[in-house]
Amino acid sequence: MSRNIINKANIICIGCPKGCRIVVESENGTISQLSNYSCPRGKEYAREEFINPTRILPTTVRVSNGELPVVSVKTAAPIPKGLLLSSMNEIARIEVKAPVSIGQIIRKDLMGTGVDLIATTTVARK
Amino acid sequence: MKTDVVVIGGGVTGTAIARELARYHLNIILLEKEDDVAMGASKANSGIIHAGYNADQTTLKGQLNIEANPMFDQLCRKLNVPFQRIGSLVVGFDQADLKVLIQEEIKGQQAGIKNLKILAREQLRAMEPNLNQQARFALYAPSAGIISSYEFTISLANSAVLNGVKVLLETEVNGLMIEAGKIRGVETNRGKIAATIVINAAGLYSDKIAQQAGDQIKITPRKGEYHLLDKNWGDLVNHVIFPIPTKHSKGILVTPTVHGNLLIGPNSSLSTARENLAVSSTGLKEVYDGAKKLLPGLSRKDVIASFSGLRATAEGDDFIIGPSANCVGLINVAGIQSPGLTSAPAIAKSVTDLVKDTLSRINPGLTLTYRDDFIEELPKKLIFTEYLAQNDLEKWQEIIDDHPEYGEIICRCEKISKGEIISAINDPVPAQSIDAVKRRTRTGAGRCQGGFCEPRLLAIMSEELGLSPLAITKKGAGSAILKARTKDWLREQKNYTGGGEQQ
Amino acid sequence: MINHDLVIIGAGPAGLAAALAAEKNGVKRILLLERDKYLGGILQQCIHNGFGLEYFREELTGPEYAHRFIEKIKKSQVKIKSETMVVNISQDKLVTAMNRSDGILQIQAKAIVLAMGCRERTREAILIPGTRPAGIFTAGSAQRYVNLEGFLPGKKVIILGSGDIGLIMARRMMLEGAEVKAVLEIMPYSSGLLRNQVQCLDDFGIPLRLQHTITRINGLKRVDSVVISRVDQSLQPIPGTEELIDCDTILFSVGLIPENELSTGMGIELDRITGGPIVNELRETVLKGVFACGNVLQVHDLVDYVTEEAEIAGKAVADYLKGMRVKREQVLNLLPGTNVAYIVPQQIAYEQVDRKRVKLFLRVRRPAEDVRIDLIAEGEKTILSYRRSIVTPGEMVTFFLPEAIIGEKTAYIKVSVEKNSREKEG
Repeated sequence: MSRNIINKANIICIGCPKGCRIVVESENGTISQLSNYSCPRGKEYAREEFINPTRILPTTVRVSNGELPVVSVKTAAPIPKGLLLSSMNEIARIEVKAPVSIGQIIRKDLMGTGVDLIATTTVARK
Repeated sequence: MKTDVVVIGGGVTGTAIARELARYHLNIILLEKEDDVAMGASKANSGIIHAGYNADQTTLKGQLNIEANPMFDQLCRKLNVPFQRIGSLVVGFDQADLKVLIQEEIKGQQAGIKNLKILAREQLRAMEPNLNQQARFALYAPSAGIISSYEFTISLANSAVLNGVKVLLETEVNGLMIEAGKIRGVETNRGKIAATIVINAAGLYSDKIAQQAGDQIKITPRKGEYHLLDKNWGDLVNHVIFPIPTKHSKGILVTPTVHGNLLIGPNSSLSTARENLAVSSTGLKEVYDGAKKLLPGLSRKDVIASFSGLRATAEGDDFIIGPSANCVGLINVAGIQSPGLTSAPAIAKSVTDLVKDTLSRINPGLTLTYRDDFIEELPKKLIFTEYLAQNDLEKWQEIIDDHPEYGEIICRCEKISKGEIISAINDPVPAQSIDAVKRRTRTGAGRCQGGFCEPRLLAIMSEELGLSPLAITKKGAGSAILKARTKDWLREQKNYTGGGEQQ
Repeated sequence: MINHDLVIIGAGPAGLAAALAAEKNGVKRILLLERDKYLGGILQQCIHNGFGLEYFREELTGPEYAHRFIEKIKKSQVKIKSETMVVNISQDKLVTAMNRSDGILQIQAKAIVLAMGCRERTREAILIPGTRPAGIFTAGSAQRYVNLEGFLPGKKVIILGSGDIGLIMARRMMLEGAEVKAVLEIMPYSSGLLRNQVQCLDDFGIPLRLQHTITRINGLKRVDSVVISRVDQSLQPIPGTEELIDCDTILFSVGLIPENELSTGMGIELDRITGGPIVNELRETVLKGVFACGNVLQVHDLVDYVTEEAEIAGKAVADYLKGMRVKREQVLNLLPGTNVAYIVPQQIAYEQVDRKRVKLFLRVRRPAEDVRIDLIAEGEKTILSYRRSIVTPGEMVTFFLPEAIIGEKTAYIKVSVEKNSREKEG
């Protein structure tokens, strides 16, 4: 016996301060209806945010022998939102040796996302 | 550990006593339960050196106030403590007030205070242009002054240590050792200290100490709340401005501070808890409304700190200074509320007499002799803002040439250099916490309240004290600023489950 | 004494961009003074993304944004002194500064750019009652501890203020393993960017409690809890709505104050609302040859606008030093009208031949949708209107003042933000 899973989600559009609460209706995970948006950009944002919400993850990584004890890093591209916290756990275990330069790859293919973790600043040796 | 005298309590009373006793051939230990001296009422009060006209001359506090007031110029010069005899004004609005002012003037003259004067409206306005225009009279007492009470206390303690007194911080007295009606010493969280004389200057806790010897003293904490305003308000008034006093209180005053801020307060409310230093919005509103009656132009926009102090008031409202009724060798110095700060140097002298008496009673052949090597003066500290104010930058350049850390400003608001901070950390009574450095140097005491300099100060303290940054506290044990290194918590977690994230 | 044509106070985004713009326009002998060890100012600790979308048309983190300017500065002739604190500036542009290696520096400048940035409003300034234990931080100092020094200030966190720094720090603490109990906001709306509300709070299920404030801090040595209360329309706590929340740390993100002690020390007049100097379109203060830009002038929500403002100031320094300026007969004052908190610049003071328009920045007092920005001349005559679908106090509004209007003989232009549907009242 199979039943259709019908879902209704509210997504706040972040395109402008208006913050439209776009309603996404779906059936078995496929979008069936998008409503309450005020512009095409908003509609596209809601679609993306519903299917595969992604975020850039900015954080820090420990540095040994550096002028600073940590270096700021980010994912070079957005990664799935659902992986943010587990990525943090993974990143917490990384330690890089100074010097670190901006743009340097700290971890290739973070958590199998295909996205690299890169340094966003430079830390000189102590 | 063994000593001649134990002083319990590192407030202005205890430190003044310890310093005075250090003039004699005595071994002295001062015990303070907090991580620094001046942690009770001595750090949170109006900082006024009262002229003394309104204290009843039949009371101890009245007499000691009058005796001590003239001592401050010389003492503060020796201790390098900022003190300004700016004078006080008690302000009256109508004929009934005038009557009170005249009574106070007469009382003051009888007590021997010179130069008291009732001012009429024009004079008053010329002296205090920002005062409420409805004010018609004032009692002017030129001998009143302002001081930084915690700097005064710290300097007394530093001077005591330079003269051989041992100051033990974070050392709390748990009990008195008494044998056959005689004091034998004290029990502390760090062990026993045998002593011939114990001086109970424990402030809010002086009744608890006295009660252990069977002395019936009752201390009631009375809270006073204050607002401290930014330096751009410091010149709003030129004198200490009091309202007409009530029976129990000198009222909510307005005064410039020695550092150029404006201080308003205190109100007065009974407090049940001895550690409760919380400020309340109703209390602070009372303070603000009270001050605004004197100075209608006041605004709360530039408040940079609100704090409260607990006055240790004893039954009968007077100071209790004297030997224990039940235990030879114990001297109680309790109930030292206002004018306790003013009276401290005179209290120290009279307690010294009590110590002499007591010692001769214990051992009739014993007389106390002066040490001939007592150092009166504290070495002068290097303070950048003093050189800046006097435009003596060439001299400061020489200081930087010798000690580059004096060229590095850490606290931007108050212009405090790293050299000044390091010097405070290495004081005779060392600054071991962020607040202790603040009290000694004013680092973080300005308008940003440490927002900019606290991380920098913490790093300096960590380096200078050889401690992990995680061990640096705001005010002693249990008040560490930081909780962990980043990543430590994440590394501890096996399966990350924090947060309400949907996978 | 050292002589410089231009001394810039502060090497944050404003100071860096002003220095580069000045040099590009021909200013020589530029000295940049910075109190911190590193250049880039507050950007160095703003490790989150979201910078540069306007200026570079790409999304950068704070350090990356700063890096682009620092690289150019290093290649320029601009002289830099870091770890140097300016302690005084005289009216005749004598700068007194100090550092470890040089000691006291006395620098005579021909022009000065003030780019000192801002400081955070504290718990004390907003009169929150309670005790004064450890565990109370401004959001910015917590950010410095976490992102630059590698330390966590607390495990159970409550944040007062939903401005961008408060929101960003909520996510940051959460990501590092702390528990963020709630973000409180005294107003009925957040003053932070919507994108931060969604990505910093909603993403992690952190509650935003609007119309709430802290009414008591508890704890003797360390914060152990707070009492929060709902507030009424006049922002006063409502008795009976108190809730006790267990926490060890409170972050205050309750506003930024331009850091103008050096400016007022020189006798520069401040705008009561912005807290920054009153400036003309060249970002010149009431003192000739003294300019201001960035957060010392007005608190910005986007660094991109700081850069833009600093470039105006930097170029203006060049014109000033060349003596190439023509003063208007009469200063044109720009006055805030309905629902406008402030306008920067506050005045148009110079004639410029090739100028087409002047870009203006304003902040509204209240959020509103479907509005008109009305430019009203003397005699209550609306001379130009712009439409906006939404305005909020959290996002600076920009618009243009055309040269044609500047040329008209009017002593002031009032700017009002009015509901579009409503007929304008006489």
